Amino acid sequence: MDALDRRLLNLVQEEFPLTPRPYLELAQRLGVSESEVIARLRELKRKGIIRRIGAVFDLRKLGYVSTLCALKVPPERLEEVSEIVNSFPGITHNYLREDEYNMWFTLIGPSRKHLDRVLEEIKARTGLTELLELPAERPFKIRVNFDFKDGEDGGAEVI
Amino acid sequence: MRKLSETEKNIVRFFQGDLPLEPRPFQKAAEILGLNEEEVLAYLKAFQQEGLIRRFGAAIRHWQAGITANAMVVWRVPEEEVEAAGSKLASFKEVTHCYQRKTRPGWPYNLFAMIHGRTREECEDLARKLARSIGHYEYRVIFSTAELKKESMRYFTEK
Repeated sequence: MDALDRRLLNLVQEEFPLTPRPYLELAQRLGVSESEVIARLRELKRKGIIRRIGAVFDLRKLGYVSTLCALKVPPERLEEVSEIVNSFPGITHNYLREDEYNMWFTLIGPSRKHLDRVLEEIKARTGLTELLELPAERPFKIRVNFDFKDGEDGGAEVI
Repeated sequence: MRKLSETEKNIVRFFQGDLPLEPRPFQKAAEILGLNEEEVLAYLKAFQQEGLIRRFGAAIRHWQAGITANAMVVWRVPEEEVEAAGSKLASFKEVTHCYQRKTRPGWPYNLFAMIHGRTREECEDLARKLARSIGHYEYRVIFSTAELKKESMRYFTEK
């Protein structure tokens, strides 16, 4: 990633223009051509740095509900259990963490009943019963963009 | 929360995916949705105004971008002090998510902040800074060691 990539990443996260020629507008702000912007975005996607370009919706306003869950998984069963957990489409994030509760995942669904059903199924299929479920009571902040500062190398790249 | 029309659900279904990398991406979307470009842009702007769309732009895989140190910092804060502590945490740009969550038997922590950095030390320093700023509450820094899944939610997929 070079300096232009980092400026582009900051712009496309926060200020993507909702206009007929959005890539042209980004290009004008960066002082490059529209085709350069498109080519760079394609490359950032190919490298896996950009997952997608689109809308991030407020799940509650679409009538959906969500929760955060943690499981105590025996170390030798991590792979198998993660396959089961990840197989549900409403599981959007899943991380291993350094805690007794070592697998943390988020679950989104169209109703509370749906969430309960998925969690019951996860317990049944894994045979694990120690599941913490910690729904949010109050959001203080939900931000999903990352600041790519000029002059930093952007870290190790995974190709 | 209001009920969405079928056209609005189609807008959600399209823009939860990936915007085409071509000069007139919204024109392309319009063709697929059976609308015109102007209507598509008007829907997106209305959704933003209503808060249905929280953000429009690129979703970044921060692991691939080199931001691989990621910790969940959890505090045990008395109910009447959560509001102040949560608002304070939310004001730090390094905190990407902050929620008050339910407690459970064996899990007394009710205030959660997600922090990201390039190294573990960077996250640890930040956690100390956050802890100092909100006061002397018991807290833990729980690092993630692997990302098992990260995807955008697909809404309205049930037919």
